[in-house]
Amino acid sequence: MSMSVTEIRRGLAEGRFSSVEVTQDYLARIAQHNPVLNCFISVTDELALAQARQADADLANGNTQALTGVPIAHKDLFCTDGVRTSCGSRILDNFIAPYDATIIENFKRDGAVMLGKTNMDEFAMGSSNENSFYGSVANPWNIGHVPGGSSGGSAAAIAAGLAPGATGTDTGGSIRQPAALCGVTGIKPTYGRVSRYGMVAFASSLDQGGPFARSAEDCALLLQTMAGFDPRDSTSSEQAVPDYSAALGDGIEGLKIGLPKEYFSEGLDGRLAAVIETAVDELRKLGADIKEISLPNTSLSIPTYYVVAMAECSSNLSRFDGVRFGHRCADPVDLEDLYKRSRGEGFGEEVKRRILIGTYALSAGYYDAYYLKAQQLRRMIKDDFQTAFDSVDLILGPTTPEVAFEIGAKTDDPVSMYLQDIYTISLNLAGLPGISLPVGFVDGLPVGMQLIGNYFDESTLLGAAHSYQQVSDWHLQVPELAR
Amino acid sequence: MSGWETVIGLEIHAQLATRSKIFSGASTAYGAEPNTQACAVDLGLPGVLPVLNHEAVNMAIRFGVAIDAEIDHRSVFARKNYFYPDLPKGYQISQFELPIVGKGHISISLTEGEHREIGITRAHLEEDAGKSIHDQFPEQSGIDLNRAGTPLLEIVSEPDMRSAREAVAYARKIHSLVRYLEICDGNMQEGSFRCDANVSVRRFGDDQLGTRAELKNINSFRFLERAINFEVERQIELIEDGGRVVQETRLYDSQRDETRSMRSKEEANDYRYFPDPDLLPVQISDQDIASIRAQLPELPEQKKQRYIDDFGLSNYNAELLSSNRDTALYFEAALVESPQLSTPLVNWILGDLAGALNKAGLEISVAPITPIMLSQLITRIDDNTISGKIAKQVFEAMWQGEGSVDAIIEARGLKQITDSGAIETLIDDVITANPEQVEQFRAGKEKVLGFFVGQVMQQSRGKANPAQVNAILRDKLK
Amino acid sequence: MTLKSDDVRSIAHLARLHIDEDAIEHYVHDLSSILSLVDQMNQVDSSAVVPLANPLDATQRLRTDEVTEVDQRDKFQVIAPDVEAGLYRVPKVIE
Repeated sequence: MSMSVTEIRRGLAEGRFSSVEVTQDYLARIAQHNPVLNCFISVTDELALAQARQADADLANGNTQALTGVPIAHKDLFCTDGVRTSCGSRILDNFIAPYDATIIENFKRDGAVMLGKTNMDEFAMGSSNENSFYGSVANPWNIGHVPGGSSGGSAAAIAAGLAPGATGTDTGGSIRQPAALCGVTGIKPTYGRVSRYGMVAFASSLDQGGPFARSAEDCALLLQTMAGFDPRDSTSSEQAVPDYSAALGDGIEGLKIGLPKEYFSEGLDGRLAAVIETAVDELRKLGADIKEISLPNTSLSIPTYYVVAMAECSSNLSRFDGVRFGHRCADPVDLEDLYKRSRGEGFGEEVKRRILIGTYALSAGYYDAYYLKAQQLRRMIKDDFQTAFDSVDLILGPTTPEVAFEIGAKTDDPVSMYLQDIYTISLNLAGLPGISLPVGFVDGLPVGMQLIGNYFDESTLLGAAHSYQQVSDWHLQVPELAR
Repeated sequence: MSGWETVIGLEIHAQLATRSKIFSGASTAYGAEPNTQACAVDLGLPGVLPVLNHEAVNMAIRFGVAIDAEIDHRSVFARKNYFYPDLPKGYQISQFELPIVGKGHISISLTEGEHREIGITRAHLEEDAGKSIHDQFPEQSGIDLNRAGTPLLEIVSEPDMRSAREAVAYARKIHSLVRYLEICDGNMQEGSFRCDANVSVRRFGDDQLGTRAELKNINSFRFLERAINFEVERQIELIEDGGRVVQETRLYDSQRDETRSMRSKEEANDYRYFPDPDLLPVQISDQDIASIRAQLPELPEQKKQRYIDDFGLSNYNAELLSSNRDTALYFEAALVESPQLSTPLVNWILGDLAGALNKAGLEISVAPITPIMLSQLITRIDDNTISGKIAKQVFEAMWQGEGSVDAIIEARGLKQITDSGAIETLIDDVITANPEQVEQFRAGKEKVLGFFVGQVMQQSRGKANPAQVNAILRDKLK
Repeated sequence: MTLKSDDVRSIAHLARLHIDEDAIEHYVHDLSSILSLVDQMNQVDSSAVVPLANPLDATQRLRTDEVTEVDQRDKFQVIAPDVEAGLYRVPKVIE
């Protein structure tokens, strides 16, 4: 069994099964597969069943909300009141969050059931999920390969049928890249669309939460719950949230779609390029007007992104100091020892690397050369997109330059790992929304296609992806172990 | 010490009198149990975010308008990164480039009639840190984060002051201003108003500034003056002995009356300022500034001038009355009751009332004698119900809480005797009882008149109208 | 841009991160290669470009000055490593 969110909602509404039954079913699948896949850091069985029982009571009373009784998994980066929120880090291994993130409150408000907290690269820093204190996540399509990152646990859980929907966060591709590598659908909304309150910060000006599911249709439902203005987040947008499900039928006909030539150049695996071409042909048949465009500063997005992200993270992670919460080293001799050892023991390699680079980039004498320069390039990258959106409605390209690589293949070379993000990070710099959806396979591993929309135009993205999914079945494929 | 010029700039931290913190909805009230007013945002819990308090912005603008400062339409918050246990996030949200208040100035009065313009470089908003408590545990410090996130306005002056006395005059002026503007309660003991002084010395004629030391932990104007004076002497002695002043932070120790190096802050700080990505640029419109300007209360300078013009007060008295907002409010409230009696009112406020408050260690805002009571007392002197001398008794009784002026006069029977018949009877008795002194007076010993007045007043228990007593006595003794 | 081992030591101190002495060289190598990636930014002259700090170029929303928080000290301090008498404890701070 591998149902979609839409199917579960319908089944619950029609009384074909109860929320407790669905929840028990997912918990059983988690128990069966998690030892191999390692998608979950925490499984909240008791809480899930209690919420499911409440949902069943609500369903019986007709007191139903948008997601009443639907089981969902949350990336372990969202604070959950009374439940460990580890961020994949040793430094928060003992951290029981004392409050709920805004999006967690939203899911509670809408009646969803929480199955557990999913694995991730430590503090969302990584593209392979190998940087987790809790170990790597296996790609359900081939357990020797990575699921992508940083929201690898959520993407793999959807692919393996351990949850019908899950949340993730995307700072440089952390929703879209694992969605692509695991063959599921994931959307990163416009910066400011989903509240960041209670979402542990990696890089504040880039971070954005969003959903994973099997289809664009399901993503529309989950995003509806997540999106909206939050007075607790100064960067949250007050723009009204449209009805995403209602916009699914808008279709693709007449849409002008731009293919940036820089996204189809060297560095892209030719086999992936061919898969994308086929999908583009399909869109053309659906009536899309395809044209080539240029995003000339694409190659600058990687250095720009890493400077901005590392600078912000070096500051954001200063609060993990062993004083008020989290890991504290044993027997500190003085304050400096307390800080240095608590942080040295608590953070993993990649996090330390990024804190060090970010600290360096902000330090006296280097600020202008690094941080300020990056902020200037950031505007140039944003301007490229603005120009492109003068002539197109959507931009299309591959989500990643290659399919999921083998676990361990890039761990010794951080720079080659960073290059995996080439097609995804420029959106975060510009704050634009993007969706990744499965469009085929190479070597038995999924290929993702990315659609990029204009600001706050998630509806067009979801509508286009849904149209494609109406005429294709890549999103319905399930890996061997989930059948 | 001659041949040396002192150069001083002050950094004043004024806690803004908002109800809630600058970036969270926690209370700013002073004196709560440790950490009971530190919410998730103040504690820097993972995932929390700051949202800016509108009132803090308005208060900063109010200050800017009052010092005639440039106020930019755009203001940006930055993170100042450093590790300290009372700084929960590992950075302080402050302002670096684009502070809310730009260049301004304020005039200080030194001696009678002498003024000096002090430049204000900038004033920016930031969050206060928590407190480290060192004496509660033997091996450890305790951290109380109630104060963390309280809004501060950091007011940075130009190095325009040339003596400790000038520095104190400037600090007092700012203190008076922020209280007038109702943006800070000015309580130095509770730390609502704190001064750091940047002090350097140079030989007269040098155009280069000397290396400065930053003096911290100064919690009164008296200590400000002492700390600067100590530091100036230290620096001059050091240089004259062939040494060099090092740029450092020094702590003022009021017990020993000295400054000493703060070793813990010695390491060169690299604060890695950058714009806080959790906060967006603040937009300030001309209308915002105009409406705040329109609501500005009368400021001390304006009040002082008005007192001089309307009530003929001396420059000195006008300054004393206007420099403290509460004193001025007291004066004006009392004046409403007896508008024609400004002169005795000023004398009573600056004299007996100030003395009594000082003795009791009370602020004028909580004086047991209200402005109305004082004005009634003066009215009773003016209408000859009581004498000035009896008034002091009534004042004392009111201070002790015995009731209103009239009630005390009634209860104690202090009403002045103005019936000349009654006074004549008293005088006749005294003259009869003191024939010797009568002779002396008639022999030309004018001084003896004082003796008779004293006797009559004594007999009347102070209630006889002194002017009448004098006149009738002279008449009868002829 | 290449770093020296002393650079790594001083950055690590600034960031209050303990790094084992025998790992320093490893960091020197990794950080230097990241910095040469970052140096690609210098290919472009951006001197005339206004820096972009927030992707939406939005402005700050202001909060009404109201006390909205209640005391949750007990809940917050359950997760603290060392608390006594309501205070967070740290090794003695010397001023």
